[in-house]
Amino acid sequence: MKILVCISHVPDTTSKINFTDNNTRFDSTGVQFIIGPYDDYALARAVELKESMGASVTVINVGLADTEPTIRKALAIGADDAIRVNAEPTDSWFVAAQIAAQAKEGGYDLILMGRESIDYNGGVVHGIVGEMLGMPSVSPVMKLDLVGNTAKLAREIEGGKEYLEVNLPFVAGCQEPIAEWKIPNMRGIMSARTKPLKVVEPASVDSGVKLQQFELPPPKGAVKMIPADQVQELVNLLKNEAKVL
Amino acid sequence: MNILVFIERAEGTVKKNSLEAVAYAHAMGGNVIALALGEMDEQELKALGTYGASKVLHGADPKFNAGVIQAYATIITSAMTQENADILVLSDSSLGTPVAARVAAKLDASLVTNVIALPETASGFVVKRSIYTGKAFAKVSLTKVKKVIGLKKNAAEVKEVGSPIEVTPFSATVSDSDFATRITSSEKATGDVLLPEANIVVSGGRGMKGPEHWGLIESLAKTLGAATGCSKPVSDMGWRPHHEHVGQTGVKVAPQLYIAVGISGAIQHLAGVNSSKCIVVINKDADAPFFKAADYGIAGDAFDVLPKLHEAIKALK
Ligand SMILES: Cc1cc2nc3c(=O)[nH]c(=O)nc-3n(C[C@H](O)[C@H](O)[C@H](O)COP(=O)(O)OP(=O)(O)OC[C@H]3O[C@@H](n4cnc5c(N)ncnc54)[C@H](O)[C@@H]3O)c2cc1C
Ligand SMILES: Nc1ncnc2c1ncn2[C@@H]1O[C@H](COP(=O)(O)O)[C@@H](O)[C@H]1O
Repeated sequence: MKILVCISHVPDTTSKINFTDNNTRFDSTGVQFIIGPYDDYALARAVELKESMGASVTVINVGLADTEPTIRKALAIGADDAIRVNAEPTDSWFVAAQIAAQAKEGGYDLILMGRESIDYNGGVVHGIVGEMLGMPSVSPVMKLDLVGNTAKLAREIEGGKEYLEVNLPFVAGCQEPIAEWKIPNMRGIMSARTKPLKVVEPASVDSGVKLQQFELPPPKGAVKMIPADQVQELVNLLKNEAKVL
Repeated sequence: MNILVFIERAEGTVKKNSLEAVAYAHAMGGNVIALALGEMDEQELKALGTYGASKVLHGADPKFNAGVIQAYATIITSAMTQENADILVLSDSSLGTPVAARVAAKLDASLVTNVIALPETASGFVVKRSIYTGKAFAKVSLTKVKKVIGLKKNAAEVKEVGSPIEVTPFSATVSDSDFATRITSSEKATGDVLLPEANIVVSGGRGMKGPEHWGLIESLAKTLGAATGCSKPVSDMGWRPHHEHVGQTGVKVAPQLYIAVGISGAIQHLAGVNSSKCIVVINKDADAPFFKAADYGIAGDAFDVLPKLHEAIKALK
């Protein structure tokens, strides 16, 4: 079985977000980058499937050379090889079109990714890739088991879960608790250095979405503290000042 | 300009967020065509006219009751062609967003989700979207003729702008391959206010000490007509179901009022709540980071403050 896992290279969840160049570029000064948390779940499930039933796991990232440490980390976690599409991931459509172009050649049985990236928050790459490849797509998937050629899935819906079945091949956007995040061990880190990482040039794609400018939210006003013995005062403020009751 | 709005179904009724999508499309100044799939309450569909729809299409076949992503995408795409609509507006959700993706790919449309404001059309078509999980915004222009817009919850104000209208039956053609994913069953909390759609959320963290104390959170929520939420460790430990977990890796909420009790305010939790209009924090540690993100705070013991707060709110109602 061949599994493709799509990973984004995103600021650590604790990062402060800043922009430069007149609010047109992300300011990466002092920012730690990680594998997208949802993508990390997808990768962990792929590695589990590999361990339990045998599979080859390829990771793909659309990014410039600075994403390679993140890709090596995925190899250390247990992926066998990697593809980097050498381009700046400007939006979900662009990324999806690049992934679809690579996946067309690959003959993958399963394409796993995160339900959404935590930088762009599109939540759509899985659907676009699925449509472009003519495969079903399911997201957000919180459970994925394979029985022969059929996958049994649980999908999170508002206030509950939905159980589904679908035959391979298909695309899934993953989230917890599909698997436990895996931390690379020493052996993994050593072997990752020599695993194949192929760099390919991007396909020409018009995503139809163009960034104009970034913005930060206005600074938050100071909190109003209310003494613990004056709960009534809080209720008054919520009613009359904030007007939310 | 014809704008198709996809109306999501919630147990046979119209989802509240779909009204926001209708209101948004109406405010854009277009001719709003609403499309509903599956068996739905006729009166609610007619009432879409009140919120700005000038036509309501209904594909009432019960085989569309369950939200199959591919089948919905196929039907919406053919409705857009039939109605000569260049723009699709829907509400971002566990169903709406994946459907939007596939429709955009079928139509080769400009796709944008997480949208929080009306488009600026002075030069081009520019929308503002939330990025970095609510920590920032991006203004993007959509350059293709066809456009698919996913609206973030609570981003548009629902207003009465018209009157009820007749519902037009819509017959959708789908192929077997559109049902390649088979929904075998579902579990859904019923009767409760759903967290992603709630106007008020009462959330508890590890400071609540254990699931046996959740009655305090639930009774307050009940009085307020609120949904209940929790922090990640609380759902990880199984004190509360997974779908209640709020934050970076959980549900992102945008209510009028978010009340956080015994939650420290880790940045990953804040990522899920920073679109709330008003945040109240109750924490016994006056230095808890959550206070910095709050509008109102009480430094006190939850087990002392919650019952008093509940009494004061009951008195108000
Ligand atoms: C990649 C990643 C993603 C994550 N995603 C999420 C996410 O989506 N959502 C999320 O919530 N977390 C997330 N986390 C975890 C997050 O970092 C915090 O660990 C978590 O939010 C802490 O939960 P808590 O506030 O309930 O617990 P704690 O940090 O233990 O805080 C408990 C609080 O309760 C207070 N308290 C104790 N007793 C009382 C009392 N009697 N009365 C009042 N207050 C009391 C304490 O002062 C303390 O502030 C994520 C972490 C990582 C690394
Ligand atoms: N630059 C990228 N390279 C590879 N995969 C990506 C990239 N960006 C996003 N993805 C994958 O697509 C998923 C959904 O992204 P999005 O639709 O942008 O929220 C992410 O969780 C990743 O698994």
